[in-house]
Amino acid sequence: MTAARSLVVDLGGIVLPTPVMIAAGCGGTGRELVGLVDLRRVGAIVSRTITVTERVGADMPRIAESPAGIVWETGLQNPGLDPFVSGELLRLARGGARIVVSIGGGSLEEYVHMTSVLQGRPEVAAIEIHLSGRDDELDRDVLGAHPDRLNEIVGAVARMSLVPVFAKLPGGCDDVVGLARTAVRAGATGVTLLASPPALGLDATRERLRIGTVSGWLSGPALKPITLRAVFDVAQALPDVPVIASGGVRTGEDAVECLLAGAWAVQVGTATLTDPAAAVTVAQGIVRRLNAAGLTSPAGLRGRLRPPEPTGAESHPVSTP
Amino acid sequence: MKRARAEILSTRRVGAYRSITLVAPEIAERSRPGQFLAIAMPEGRAFILRRHFSIHQASRHGGWAGTLEFVVDPSVGAGTGWLAGAGAHEFLDVIGPLGKAFSYPKRLTNCLLLAEGRGAASLFFLAQELVARHKRVDMILGGRTLESVFKPVDAKRLSQTVVVMTADGSLGERGGILDALPDAVARADAEVVYAVAPAPTLRSIAAFCREHRLPAQVAIEERMGCGFGLCNTCVVPVATKDRSAYENLRACVDGPVFDPSRILWDRWLGELPIVPPTAEPVPAIPHGGGEP
Ligand SMILES: Cc1cc2nc3c(=O)[nH]c(=O)nc-3n(C[C@H](O)[C@H](O)[C@H](O)COP(=O)(O)OP(=O)(O)OC[C@H]3O[C@@H](n4cnc5c(N)ncnc54)[C@H](O)[C@@H]3O)c2cc1C
Ligand SMILES: Cc1cc2nc3c(=O)[nH]c(=O)nc-3n(C[C@H](O)[C@H](O)[C@H](O)COP(=O)(O)O)c2cc1C
Repeated sequence: MTAARSLVVDLGGIVLPTPVMIAAGCGGTGRELVGLVDLRRVGAIVSRTITVTERVGADMPRIAESPAGIVWETGLQNPGLDPFVSGELLRLARGGARIVVSIGGGSLEEYVHMTSVLQGRPEVAAIEIHLSGRDDELDRDVLGAHPDRLNEIVGAVARMSLVPVFAKLPGGCDDVVGLARTAVRAGATGVTLLASPPALGLDATRERLRIGTVSGWLSGPALKPITLRAVFDVAQALPDVPVIASGGVRTGEDAVECLLAGAWAVQVGTATLTDPAAAVTVAQGIVRRLNAAGLTSPAGLRGRLRPPEPTGAESHPVSTP
Repeated sequence: MKRARAEILSTRRVGAYRSITLVAPEIAERSRPGQFLAIAMPEGRAFILRRHFSIHQASRHGGWAGTLEFVVDPSVGAGTGWLAGAGAHEFLDVIGPLGKAFSYPKRLTNCLLLAEGRGAASLFFLAQELVARHKRVDMILGGRTLESVFKPVDAKRLSQTVVVMTADGSLGERGGILDALPDAVARADAEVVYAVAPAPTLRSIAAFCREHRLPAQVAIEERMGCGFGLCNTCVVPVATKDRSAYENLRACVDGPVFDPSRILWDRWLGELPIVPPTAEPVPAIPHGGGEP
């Protein structure tokens, strides 16, 4: 007897209808996607990163395209925790998708306060901890790049939260495996790999910077190989830990690659900006692949990777999604 | 807002620009002047994001019902260049209509419309709607050369007077649209100003309108990620209603049409030191049947 095929995934306590989520900052405020995508068929939406108090955000321009990605800097523009909880959060949840709230801050106290407010809310399915911002207390550029601080912040959030907690590790750091291990030991349910790495956009013809704040972050297809490496390494080291892949996922095939590398779920960011239904079409690609491979669940793709084939010795591919 | 796979009905050259007509009934029937489209770029090339174009015409009735026209300046880059080369019967992935439209005055009648270059595309659509509401329309059209002045002849059908300004004097008067503004306001007894132009020009128009207490609306452009509100990148600093503070509003959903007296131009364009917004409110355009 064969079990029915299902896309449902359980990420250590948060059950999603599909393993394809919309990444932080790319899913709007609950109004924008209505009518452009069936939100019940989206695995989850991660909110933009919320901070305790309002942020007006970065100077313009905030976005620049390059051939394989975009450089962006919003400065985490958001209305602040309380207005978010009474407005945007409710609207997001009303759309029918599961909501993961991304929280950011510059001090331990801010993370703790946000967790205390959010974890009691029925609309919040999980918390994703944004760790790429400045550490105001310790005067460091990237808060989550340091194991001591990662341990402290993730530990405090995880101890307090009643919902699963995912640490979104900063992009462009050394020792992703070490940071992932620290986050999980501190109590994180899983990790999101990775946040956008720092980047710069330039215009050679006009000899100008392209981003108002000078520097920004890279998103889009350029990131996929970096994502795959991080996911693969962490999944090898921590096979029981839910890993969410983020960075460069645009097609069903990209998602299958992440799942083969060891991810439990994926997030689609930049691709959603171009194709608002990307999270659904990516999930459909996964379904096609499961059917072709005779698998019943996305988890079945984990651990199927084999070494490279010698050049010229072509075997039969599993049809691509 | 709808997403459609829209067939290109025809394309034609209009001076320095390419005008593209699409079959997109669901989008056309909802479109209003000032709104725009987000058009996907072809697969397999170095494009990531959609490109954005103002709606020039949306036909709801008659033989062209269900069609939508927009105008491309093909000289900007790879995306506009690709679109300008697209031909009839090709299909485009289009999301629209996007953004807030111009609103129409209810009581005031004399409307002065100014545009630089392709900015005129959306003002023709606006002029039609204003004329249909029995408003008087006067226009100032500008461009670098005669090729870049958009449809100066057609403009005469819609407006009482048309002033053409070119930087090189190859058509109309030599100069920019700003140079023609004070005279045109006096001659047309303008009560309301609408403008589409590069941001520095709009900033000067805003200053003029504030000084002369003329209600105005401008359509701005800022670099966009999605065009439908997801990514918070195309923001513009706009004073709050009571003008005590400002917020960065998304040009794609809260604009692209704004009241210029509420835009913090210096903060946005970053060239001059920040000054607080004016305490004295400028009258807003009273709403008629239009958006928002
Ligand atoms: C609301 C809105 C309405 C628009 N309406 C029209 C229209 O009706 N007709 C039209 O031709 N264009 C319009 N534009 C501008 C158009 O979207 C851009 O020119 C286009 O995206 C450029 O794409 P590209 O691939 O050709 O150039 P890219 O390769 O992306 O860019 C080439 C160069 O142009 C610069 N650039 C990109 N976008 C803009 C911009 N918006 N303004 C100024 N410089 C830019 C880039 O920084 C780069 O230096 C509109 C833009 C917005 C936001
Ligand atoms: C416009 C934009 C805004 C973003 N905002 C956030 C944010 O607020 N918090 C966050 O953790 N990540 C943010 N991200 C990063 C994405 O969540 C994602 O990790 C990254 O874009 C890589 O994935 P992608 O290649 O699928 O876009 C943003 C990305 C973009 C493009």
